[in-house]
Amino acid sequence: MYVAVKGGERAIENAHRLLAHERRGDRDVPEVTLAQISEQLSLGVDRVMTEGSLYDRELAALAIKQARGDMIEAIFLVRAFRATLPRFGASEPVNTGEMQVRRRVSSTFKDIPGGQILGPTFDYTHRLLDPQLAEGFVPELPATADAPQTPAPRVTDILGRDGLIESSPQAEPDAPVGDLTREPLSFPADRDLRLQNLARGDEGFLLALGYSTQRGYGRNHPFAGEIRFGDVEVEFFAEDAGFAVPLGSIELTECQMVNQFKGSATEAPCFTRGYGLAFGQSERKTMSMALVDRALRARELDEEARSPAQDEEFVMSHSDNVQATGFVEHLKLPHYVDFQSELGLLRKLRQEFAEANEAPELREAAE
Amino acid sequence: MTTTGRNSKTAQRKAAMAVLAHSGAAEIAGLLADIAVPAHENLREPENGLVMLRGRIGGDGAPFNLGEATVSRAAVRLATGEVGFGYTLGRDAQKARMIALCDAMVQSAEFSGAVEARVIAPLRTALVAERTRKAEETAATRVDFYTMVRGEG
Repeated sequence: MYVAVKGGERAIENAHRLLAHERRGDRDVPEVTLAQISEQLSLGVDRVMTEGSLYDRELAALAIKQARGDMIEAIFLVRAFRATLPRFGASEPVNTGEMQVRRRVSSTFKDIPGGQILGPTFDYTHRLLDPQLAEGFVPELPATADAPQTPAPRVTDILGRDGLIESSPQAEPDAPVGDLTREPLSFPADRDLRLQNLARGDEGFLLALGYSTQRGYGRNHPFAGEIRFGDVEVEFFAEDAGFAVPLGSIELTECQMVNQFKGSATEAPCFTRGYGLAFGQSERKTMSMALVDRALRARELDEEARSPAQDEEFVMSHSDNVQATGFVEHLKLPHYVDFQSELGLLRKLRQEFAEANEAPELREAAE
Repeated sequence: MTTTGRNSKTAQRKAAMAVLAHSGAAEIAGLLADIAVPAHENLREPENGLVMLRGRIGGDGAPFNLGEATVSRAAVRLATGEVGFGYTLGRDAQKARMIALCDAMVQSAEFSGAVEARVIAPLRTALVAERTRKAEETAATRVDFYTMVRGEG
């Protein structure tokens, strides 16, 4: 039960004023701009866009600034903002096979058509703090090389040609696409809804669940078949124009996990798959998402489902950090009346306890 | 207009829209300022909204909803009747309006040459240069396993 409490207006107003002052920090230090956040804290912006479920770099940067760098608070702000705008419709599904690739690696094949492209990565850095970055560091301009004209097909497409890997599930062209922002979750949930849930789910939660599958809680023998990051074109079928109009491009990261094979008396064994997709450069997120996507297919693949990562109701009900923080943090709000009734009950129980323990002594004394 | 004619016109409009959607509002405005823009009116006031972005399961399977993006849109009608539509990611209503204006001009026999040559073409050149630069920077990070030297010699 929530109880309306009056009387704190001035305290609240002054608390927010103090918050604004603390957010600004030392006023002798220059204020950060949205462009600085967007350009120099870009992976934080990517995470806020992904989990805020809204692709808009400037808004995500504003949210990070307003939230003083608290990512979940920023995600909360972005989610709240999206409720203020009308929805024009849904885009045509993006084609990640035609991505302008900025990074693309496979841990399964050394020589993939299109090559192993490292791009801007923390991989192979020594994870030593770099004192140069403390002030005024001007990095070298990037090296360049002739760009090959060869396409970079998805690794899963290459494996798929030989039937070594299961093909992606297809849908009728006009089949409805599940949308958990429109209908409440119900179980069992189809894979489209599960992927939408995982895409906006908390990175830390999915990382822990993905890790748990590797440690044996729903093991699925994963290989990173391919991770790619780059720009993908978006088109939207505009009723007024009468054709799919280009909207521009977005940055996406895609992870194709290749997992343990399955087969049956009627089907030759082949590798199974897990899939991850997220806004911006979000590798840890998409890898975790792909591990959990594969784990959640236990039922479909006739696997024993005894681990948390394989339990779709558990995973999908707890992945959303805005819902989770709302419920955990509401404990801070006044619960005075609830607590009074608990207190009343506790006093009564203690009194009964005291009377019951007092009674034998009284009896003894009387004898 | 024949079906083929209509299709090629649509392809031309889409190609122009793609260039414009990728370009900055200031760049488009700068180039538009240098050509004679025909009389026109807003058919639909620019408005901001959301488009749900869809991916595909496994990259090539059934669609799923990934998350939304902000989109701005507008519609413009030339005094001569051509109607143009502008759509772009983001919340820049003026950019959407300029795209709509260019789309209307692309459809006009009188203005299509000028808008193609003096707005779309330079933006396309800049866009190709930018993409090439990115592709070349990326290519330098490609692993070339064959250049590895093992042992002595």
